[in-house]
Amino acid sequence: MKEPNDVILRSVTKVAVLIILTFAINLFFSGHHNPGGGFIGGLAFASALTLLFLCYDIETVRENIPVDFKAVTAVGVLISVFTGIGGIIFDRPFLTQAFDYFQLPLFGKTELATAVLFDIGVAMAVIGTAITIISSISEDR
Amino acid sequence: MNNLVIMPILIPLITGLLMVAFRRKAVVQRFLSVVALGATGAVSLVLMVQIKDSGIQTLQLGGWEAPFGVSMVADMFSGMLLLTTSIVSLLCLVFAFYSIGKEREAHYFYPLYLFLITGVNGSFLTGDMFNLFVCFEVMLISSYVLISLGGTGIQLRESIKYVLINILSSFLFLVAIAYLYAATGTLNMAHLSERVAEAGQNGILTAIAILFLIVFSLKAGLFLFFWLPGSYSAPPTAIAAIFAALLTKVGIYSIIRIFTLIFYHEPHITHLIIGIMAAVTMLLGAIGAVAYWDIKKILTYNVIVGVGLIMAGLASNSTVGLTGSMYYLIHDIIIKALIFLIGGTVITLAGTSKLKYISGLIQTYPFLGWMFFIAALSLAGIPPLSGFIGKVFITEGTFEAGFLWLGAIGLITSLMVLYSVMKIFLNGFWGDSYLDEEKKGEVKGILFPLAILTLLTIGLGVGAEGIYSYAELAIESLMNPLLYIEAVFGRG
Repeated sequence: MKEPNDVILRSVTKVAVLIILTFAINLFFSGHHNPGGGFIGGLAFASALTLLFLCYDIETVRENIPVDFKAVTAVGVLISVFTGIGGIIFDRPFLTQAFDYFQLPLFGKTELATAVLFDIGVAMAVIGTAITIISSISEDR
Repeated sequence: MNNLVIMPILIPLITGLLMVAFRRKAVVQRFLSVVALGATGAVSLVLMVQIKDSGIQTLQLGGWEAPFGVSMVADMFSGMLLLTTSIVSLLCLVFAFYSIGKEREAHYFYPLYLFLITGVNGSFLTGDMFNLFVCFEVMLISSYVLISLGGTGIQLRESIKYVLINILSSFLFLVAIAYLYAATGTLNMAHLSERVAEAGQNGILTAIAILFLIVFSLKAGLFLFFWLPGSYSAPPTAIAAIFAALLTKVGIYSIIRIFTLIFYHEPHITHLIIGIMAAVTMLLGAIGAVAYWDIKKILTYNVIVGVGLIMAGLASNSTVGLTGSMYYLIHDIIIKALIFLIGGTVITLAGTSKLKYISGLIQTYPFLGWMFFIAALSLAGIPPLSGFIGKVFITEGTFEAGFLWLGAIGLITSLMVLYSVMKIFLNGFWGDSYLDEEKKGEVKGILFPLAILTLLTIGLGVGAEGIYSYAELAIESLMNPLLYIEAVFGRG
């Protein structure tokens, strides 16, 4: 790998990753009624991780995030599928969604929807797939 | 609404995902995949009974009514294909236990196999053109990995061709879907059928139909089969067998579905083109099968002949012809799996696929030899085996429709097929045994799935009358698109 004379890149990355991750989560939650959602949120999240991979080496990042991203993909799709199966349990068609408004402390009146669970699964699948692709391409070197 | 309709997709999908998420020992994975495919088969059986009792079963995903949501539709045609798929995939899986090897098992063979079945089942069940594309992709992406899994030289060479040709045809598929949407404003198959019938199938719609025909022909190996012989001889036996049994059949299914449900108004153009393509396919495939002296090549060219024959039944556009296609489709799934598994076993035992260097296998492996004999007769359509009944109906259908040339080519190529497989039997199994007693390989576990498949082909031939009531229902819904439309829109 390259010589670690990249102080500026690293300093920027530390701040930028935080901003990107926050933005990713913002994108994810806005997806319910506005442009955004699990897919694009997941991609933004993965781009933050990719920046880490570029700035530090893969081993360091893997040590700090000891997750098998293939499993993340599978668990993500599983979450989405099981959200769909929720509909079957209540004797509705597969993938039926439900939502309601709740009074939560701190948040006030909040809309909670099962579609968000589905979206979490999508986001995990996207993150897992993107990172798996990037890390397996980088292994060639 | 019937949630059972989605189960043949969900069961293998969830099982495969669980295997990826929690990587357990190969034994656990084997057990889980057998359970999953068994359960899929059971569900298909229940679905078939429900369809028989109360008509076509539908499910509108998420409760969004057709044509706005995605519909899943199980009619008898899909139901019979689902059941056959489950049985054959289960048997190929059992064969894989003994032959696939630890290396591939560790690299997600079982999850990929289940994802492949997910895609195949999804394609059979979906009632939406775009969803059909998605299911095709699920199936194709799994097949890309399965064909290159193991990474031997020939596999990599063939998988590059396979991936390229399929990406091209998927691209054309999307283009065709875009045209169709632009022309009709819907992608729900039932809705499409209604709109095309209302507007009349004009020149543009017929052109779109032919674009779809090209796309599915690439996948099915109908005329555009130049990629097929190489790709299907590259992967290990169990994978090659499931490819030969199922992948082309999904293309065939799609052609039959769209040309009976949506584009059935101009048969003198579309069905004639299908007929010509079928004839050329049968001839070229049979010439290939006769010409080669390599077991793998002979068998892959036989896949192509089968595709042509099934399409000849569709080209006749009659109840009899389609009944023949239906029977032959199911027969072909079983027999292609069987003959590929036997062929692969022979190659493993003999250590070569060149027929000239093999002889006398029947003395060491009598069961294998006689099973191959039965399979060969069934492939050529000798009564009372399962290939016969389909061939009779298809030939009758083409004669009735006035396509004498098509029926004649079907019969001539049947003889050529018989010659090509008898060539394997006479050269490979007959003659002096050249294998030493010590060199004798172990075939005990392998024989079990082969024996079941052989029994199936005999049973399907002898008991053709028994499944006739099911086949009749399947053809009724194919010949009468109104039944399908009414079921999807919940009328009637």
